[in-house]
Order: sequence, then C-alpha cells, then structure tokens
Amino acid sequence: MSPGTILGVAIALPLIGAIAILALGKWPNARDAAGIVTAGVLFTLVLRLVEPIRAGLRPEHPILEVLPGVSLSLKLEPLGLLFALVASFLWIVTAVYAVGYMRGHHEKNQTRFFAFFAIAISAAMGVAFAGNLFTLFAFYEAITLCTFPLVTHHGTPEAKKAGRVYLGILLTTSISFQLLAIIWTWHLAGTLDFQEGGILAGTASNGLLSVLLILFFFGAGKAAVMPFHRWLPAAMVAPTPVSALLHAVAVVKVGVFTILKVSVYVFGVDLLGTLASTTWLAWIAATTIILGSLVAFTKDNLKARLAYSTISQLSYIVLGALLANEWGIIGGGMHIVMHAFGKITLFFAAGAVLVAAHEKDISRMGGLGRTMPITFGAFFVGSLSIIGLPPAGGAWSKWFLGMGTLEAGQVGLLAVLMVSSLLSLVYLLEVPVRAFFSAPPEDAHLGDGIHEAPWPTVVAMVITALATLGLFLNPGPFYELMTLVVN
Amino acid sequence: MTAHLPVLQVVIPLLAATLCAVARRGRIAWGIALATSWTAFWIAIQLLARVQAEGPISYALGGWAAPVGIEYRIDLVSAFVLVIVTAIGAVVTPYALKSVEREIDTTQIPLFYAAFLLCLTGLLGIAVTGDVFNVFVFLEISSLSAYSLIALGQDRRALTAAFQYLIMGSIGATFIVIGIGMMYVMTGTLNMADLSVLLAELGPNRTIAVAFGFLTVGISLKLALFPLHLWLPNAYTYAPSAVTAFIASTATKVAVYMLLRFFFTVFGVVFSFNVMRLNIVLLVLALLAIFSMSLVAIFQTNVKRMLAYSSVAQIGYMILGISLASVTGLTAGILHLFNHAMIKGSLFMAMGCVMYRVGSVEIEAMRGLGKKMPWTMAAFVAGGFSLIGLPFTVGFISKWYLILGAVERDAWPVAGLVLITSLMAVVYIWRVVEAAYFQEAPGDGASGVGAIEGSREPIVEAPLALLIPTWALIVANFYFGTDATFTVELAESAARTLFGLVP
Repeated sequence: MSPGTILGVAIALPLIGAIAILALGKWPNARDAAGIVTAGVLFTLVLRLVEPIRAGLRPEHPILEVLPGVSLSLKLEPLGLLFALVASFLWIVTAVYAVGYMRGHHEKNQTRFFAFFAIAISAAMGVAFAGNLFTLFAFYEAITLCTFPLVTHHGTPEAKKAGRVYLGILLTTSISFQLLAIIWTWHLAGTLDFQEGGILAGTASNGLLSVLLILFFFGAGKAAVMPFHRWLPAAMVAPTPVSALLHAVAVVKVGVFTILKVSVYVFGVDLLGTLASTTWLAWIAATTIILGSLVAFTKDNLKARLAYSTISQLSYIVLGALLANEWGIIGGGMHIVMHAFGKITLFFAAGAVLVAAHEKDISRMGGLGRTMPITFGAFFVGSLSIIGLPPAGGAWSKWFLGMGTLEAGQVGLLAVLMVSSLLSLVYLLEVPVRAFFSAPPEDAHLGDGIHEAPWPTVVAMVITALATLGLFLNPGPFYELMTLVVN
Repeated sequence: MTAHLPVLQVVIPLLAATLCAVARRGRIAWGIALATSWTAFWIAIQLLARVQAEGPISYALGGWAAPVGIEYRIDLVSAFVLVIVTAIGAVVTPYALKSVEREIDTTQIPLFYAAFLLCLTGLLGIAVTGDVFNVFVFLEISSLSAYSLIALGQDRRALTAAFQYLIMGSIGATFIVIGIGMMYVMTGTLNMADLSVLLAELGPNRTIAVAFGFLTVGISLKLALFPLHLWLPNAYTYAPSAVTAFIASTATKVAVYMLLRFFFTVFGVVFSFNVMRLNIVLLVLALLAIFSMSLVAIFQTNVKRMLAYSSVAQIGYMILGISLASVTGLTAGILHLFNHAMIKGSLFMAMGCVMYRVGSVEIEAMRGLGKKMPWTMAAFVAGGFSLIGLPFTVGFISKWYLILGAVERDAWPVAGLVLITSLMAVVYIWRVVEAAYFQEAPGDGASGVGAIEGSREPIVEAPLALLIPTWALIVANFYFGTDATFTVELAESAARTLFGLVP
C-alpha cells in the first residue's frame, strides 16, 4: 500500500471494525476481539507511515471535490502522524481495558457502545490526516456527533442534561466561530490547504487576521479553553473508557491539535508572532491553566478532578502554540503525547476503583491502596507525568514549553507553568497518598488481601504507566517528529 | 416530439388530472399520478440538459409568436426549478399511496390525485412560461388546488387553515394581477422579454414603481416572506402528510422563482436594486424572518408546525441570499431552493411516517419512537443534520455560500446571524431527538398520548412504501452535500444568467 492509500484505509478501518462489532453483537467475546484486532491492525498501519515521513515524503490523497475548489482530501504530515500514533496505540490499550470495565461494571448496550467508539476513532484519524481546513472541520463535527451517544450512554436524566451541555458548547463554538473562520480564510486566501509556512501571510491587515485568530482559537471548543470548558466535566457522566480515551486523548486532543495545526499550517509561526491577539490569547490560556488547577482542588469526585486537570493541561498545549516559536510548538506537540499517556493512566485507575471498590470520591479512598496496590501505583506514575517530574515523560514536554516561554521573553508565563505544576503536584498526589497512608472510612468494608479490578483493566493500566516511564527514557521518536514540524 | 417538451411539461399533468378526476378507484388515480409525475421528471431533466447544452429554449404556444401569442421560455433558472418541482413530485407520489389511504376518505382519493396533479401543473407552468399574465393563471391553478389539498386534512382545523390560506393567497394573487395590469397599461405587452426592453426604455415612472410595489407584496405573500407568512404554519400543520411534504418543498420555491423572474428579468437588476432599493427591504425582512421564526420554532409542541416555522426561516435564507445582490449571494439563494426542498421534503415525510403509525405529530407522541421506529427517526435525525447544516449535507453547502456571500460584502452581523440561527435549528431538532431517544414510550395498556383512537395496534416501523421515498430524499441530501459541484455550478451559472452576465 502506498502511504497515500494508508491514510484512507486508516479512516475506513475503524468503520469496518464498527460494522463487525455490530454484526457480532450477539457474541460478546467475538465482538470484543473484533474491536481489539481492529485497533491492533490500525496501529500497525499508522506505524508504517513513520518511514515515509522520515524520508521527507508528504503524500496527499484527495478523495472527492465537494464544492468547486473545496475538497475532502488527506495529507500526511508529522504533527498529524504524531496524533494518529498516540490515538491508535492508546485505542488498543483502551479496547482491552474497556472489555474488563464494561463487563465488570455490568454496563448495558455494550455493542452500541463499542461501535460508536470505533466510529469516533475513525473520525479522529480523519482529523489527524486532514489535508485542509474543510476536511478537518468535517471530521471535527463527526467526532462531536458520534461521541454524543457515548456521553449519554446511560440514558438517565443526568446523562441527557450532560449531553445538552456537551453538544451545545461544542456545536456552538465550532459552527459559530470555526466555520466562520474557515469561510473567511477561504475568502482571503482562496485555498484551505495546510501548507508549510501558512496560507494567510499578506492577505489582510494585522487587525483582521488577529480577529481571525481569535475565531479559530475559540472555534476549537474541544481544546476546552475557558470560558468554553464546561462540556468536559459534563462529559464525565460517560463510562470511564470514554473519559479515558476520548475525553483525555482523542476528543480533547483534536481541539488542541486543531489550534496547533492552524498555527503552523494556516497562519504560520512567523505571522502568528506578529499578530496583536496572540499574546492576549496566550494569557487566556495561562488563565485557564491556573483556574483549571484551582477548580481541580475543589473537586472531591475523582473523575471531575481529573477533568479539570485536563482542562488545565490542554491549555499548556494551546499556550505552546501561541508562543509562536519552535520550542513552544515542539513542547505543545510533545505534551499531546505525554499528557495522553499520563492522563489515560489516571482515568484507567479511576475506573478500576469504581469497578472494584465502587468508590467515586477521593475522600473515601483512604486505605484502598492496600487492596489495590497496582492501581494506585499506576496512578502515582501517571501523576508524576502530568506534574512533569522525572522519571516520567511529562518532564520533557514541560521542559520544552518552559524553553518556549523564555524564548518568547514571557517570564510571567513561565511562572504560570511552574505554579500550575505545583498545584497539580498537590491535587494529584493527594489521591495515592491518601490511598496508601490514610485510614479507611469507618463504614467501608475492605476485605483482606489484594482485590484489584478485572485483569484486562490492570494490564491496560500497567502498560500505559510503563509507557510514561519509557517516554522519559526515550522521547526521541516524538521529538524527531516535532522537529520535522517546525523545520 | 422533443421540440414540444416545454408544453408537454405542463399539458401532460393537466390532462392526467382530468383522468384522475374521472377514475373511480383510488389506486387507478394513483397509478396515473405516478406515471405522470415520473414522466414530468423525465421531461424536466431533458429540458435541463438541453438548456445546458444549447442555451435558453423559446417555444411559441400554438405557433403564435410572441408578443401576440404566449411564449414558453426556459432558461437555466426555470429548468432548475422544473427539476426541483418534478423531482419532489416523483418522490412524493409513491409515498402518497399508503399515506393518503390512511389519512383521506376512500371516495375522495381520486379527487385528491386530480388536485395534486393540477397543483403540479400550476407550479410547472409558472416555471416554463415567459408571459406574465400566464404566470398569474398558473399561479391560480396551483393555489386553488393547494387550498383544496390542504382542506383534505384529517383534522377539522384543516378547513380553517385552508380558508385562511385562501383569503391570504387570493389577496396576494390580486396584488400580483394589479401589478401586471399596470405594467400592461404602460407598455402594452405581457411578454417578459418584451416587458424588460420596454420598461427600460420607459425610464423613471410612477406607475411602474407602484406596479413594482404591488408585485413585491403579492409575491412576498405567496412565498411567505415574514411578516406575510401567517397562512403558512396552519396550512402545513393540518394538511395531509403527503401534501405538506409536496407543498413545503415546491410551492414557496416556485414563488421565490417568481420573485427572481420579475425582479431580475422583467424589471432588471438596476431598477430593482439600485432604483427601488428592494435589496434593503428584502435584507431586513429576511433577517427578521430567519431570527424570529427560528425562535418561534423552538417553542412549538407540534413537530409539523415547528418545521413549518422553520420553513419560514429557511425561506428567509433564500431571500437573504438574493438580497446580498451579488453572484455569490444569489448562488446561495438558488442553491438553497434546491437544497431546502430536499431537507424539508425528507423531514416532513419522516413526520408522515410517524403520523401513519402513531396518529399524532406532537413531540409528546415521539417518546420512545427511537426504539419503535428506528428507521423513521434515523431519517428525521439525518434530515435534521442537513437542516442544521453539518458537513456532507446539502444544508452545509447552502450555508457555506450564504456566509461566503455575506463575508464578501463585509456583512459580519449577517454572517453571524446565519450561524446563530443554525444553532437554533440544533435546539429545535434536538427537542425531538431527546423525546425519541431519551424518553420512555407511554405505557402500553393505557391509551397513551397520540395512539390512534380505538385502535389497539402496537406501534411498529412504518411500511416500506413510506420509508423508501423518505430515505431516497435523505440519500439525496447527503449525495448532493458530498458532491455539490454539479448543483453549485448550475446555481452559479443560473445566478450569472439572472445578472445578465455570460454564464
């Protein structure tokens, strides 16, 4: 298969997987095996794209022309490949985890769940390999719609309400800001293609382009920059595998990925640095970083705390893009990877606690470390990565982001990064510390010995936790990809 | 034979209507209507292909050359409208069979099809003719038959709805005929091409200005331009399902075509937009329509009525495109003629499926239908996506050009309003989605809300005879939303033709 064809197949494959899942609905084992196999094949396919990228190839794969001059078209470039690698690899792990979780938690409508999950991955691949803004927008909207049934999976009034917030914010931002920005770009530049160096330079005055940047910035509602962040905590009503892969990796990263991609390939780093609104928007991201961390403090529900932590961490990536220099872009891209592995570990652990001990609140997790040592051990490692401490991978991305702030001469922003890391140190490590060292609540009935969640969930957690450690020792491949983006 | 296609386009449905009227049995009348509507569709496609290849067709009716005789004149715009109307006719007729049998008295079914074909005749006639008085005649044919079709609705309120439409429609028709009369007095001709030349020679003239005013009001009434839309919600709500699907997708579209014909071809762009400033009037009314009617739609409890208000808003989009007075804007308006016909047609047909099984289209009655009528509700959701304007649906294509037109003119508030009202469409579509997928169906044993009175049959999926036409339109929604180059290029050359530019 030529690299161009692989791009198309990578989008089609999860759809085929979804059909297989629906067809095998009556045989749960075969159905879940189909999901895992699809995920595995997808990852090996995406892996085959690394060589062409290293060889300097940027294959394009036009699919069809929707409007005169506006087409659905795919293009391979390093940033997209980085995102696709992360999402497809973590899909395998999540597919394994989900089997243990959904069965252990006795969830209903599992076939529908797994099918929509696969469709969401297909759309995520579409975003990763989008060759122009229209294609990106189309898959961006597809993700919103096909994750809606996952968010509202339980069908309760609470889920319905969360679904409204989810859809309301995501569609409002994408339709009223992003679509407008795209049509405006089309009007100004006459093209929507992602090109190295950008397409907007010299097309309009600095003031107008600044407004356009603001539209793109808030149009990527999935990046959860305040004040458009409420959908993310709302989405936590979904089953944990959804929160883990979609609301810590695929969906939210689509938002920050859009901002990075627009910064690099639509505006271009040089132009971005000259715009009046760039610094303001960077400070909005910085505000989100701090406020997200502060709100996370106040949450006793573990998933809610993780959600606000995600809001805070996503803005690191947004901030990286808006620093408009090489280190910022590299740091942002690296943080997509590092945060993905760290946060998915945390969510896996949160889900495992829910399945094995039926606990949601941090204040009631005292003593659980003794019965679930692997889970809380994994949580500890994941936390280190989010905080940015060695020996976890997160140290690298925070390092690069810090370099970026200095390069941009924004010491204030560096201080924000430091303060937020300290905050996350406290609110994340509280969980394992409590679990290992506090006494259990009085009404809890902790049995003797080890009582972990079903083995697939444990395996998944261990894999991602080990991966965060591995990424500290060898971040090279991803770093290499990101240097290809900025050069 | 092919030379006579322009007249056959009108004459075949007209003659078939009389056949239907004398047919004794409903199924025979339906067979005639089906054959007719498909023939008409075929003719329309032939005509479009010919216009695209050879340019406008002029046909002298009865061999009497214009301006003495009536000229049928088909250019890209009219050929496009012919295709829209006949395509909807061709899809709605198969759908009508079961839907009409359920909703209309057996004895009236042959007459129903007669009125249906007459309505089709009138709508097609407006599009083919190049004679302004002939426009009025066909307008009355289509309107009178539409009144009677609406009056056939099951609900007794259909009668008042039809009567209301009759009064308002007749006022509109009167205004139009007064306007035409004034133009005739001043120029002595009724032929459109002739009129456009003579009116331009006449120069500034108060009578013509008044005629312009009368025509504007009359046509606006027919196309339900806010605030002259009051007849529309009731008419769409209480008409039989098949009639709503047909009329909602065609009648107002043809009225928009009339507006284009009169103001672009007869009066000319310069007179309409530079002298009479029609674009400002249309812009303001279109924006009011789009915003206020989308808002009203959110608060409806009857889904057909909700879609009716949404239609008034969508007509606003078409008028908005026209009022931008640019090629891009007009392209958007003409595109939306076609696209909205498919969107609303499919949505109303989905509601017809619900009506068939549940006997009600109140939101309350939709509870739990996501499980009981999965294909019907999936069609509604898919049509809803198109109405909202998500990528790969025709609604997206319309919005793209509409916003592009606004951006070209630096009309930022207009672009913003179009986007905001798309979100309002999300709200009113989602009310139905939540009822269908998140609420439990009313308990079985009890005669739940909306169950057909006295009937105990359980609610199951609608019959294929209804589902297939509905899904045909849904597929069209996505097909023309995925590969829109054909429709866009067509609409763009039509827009150029209207502006008098070389296509």
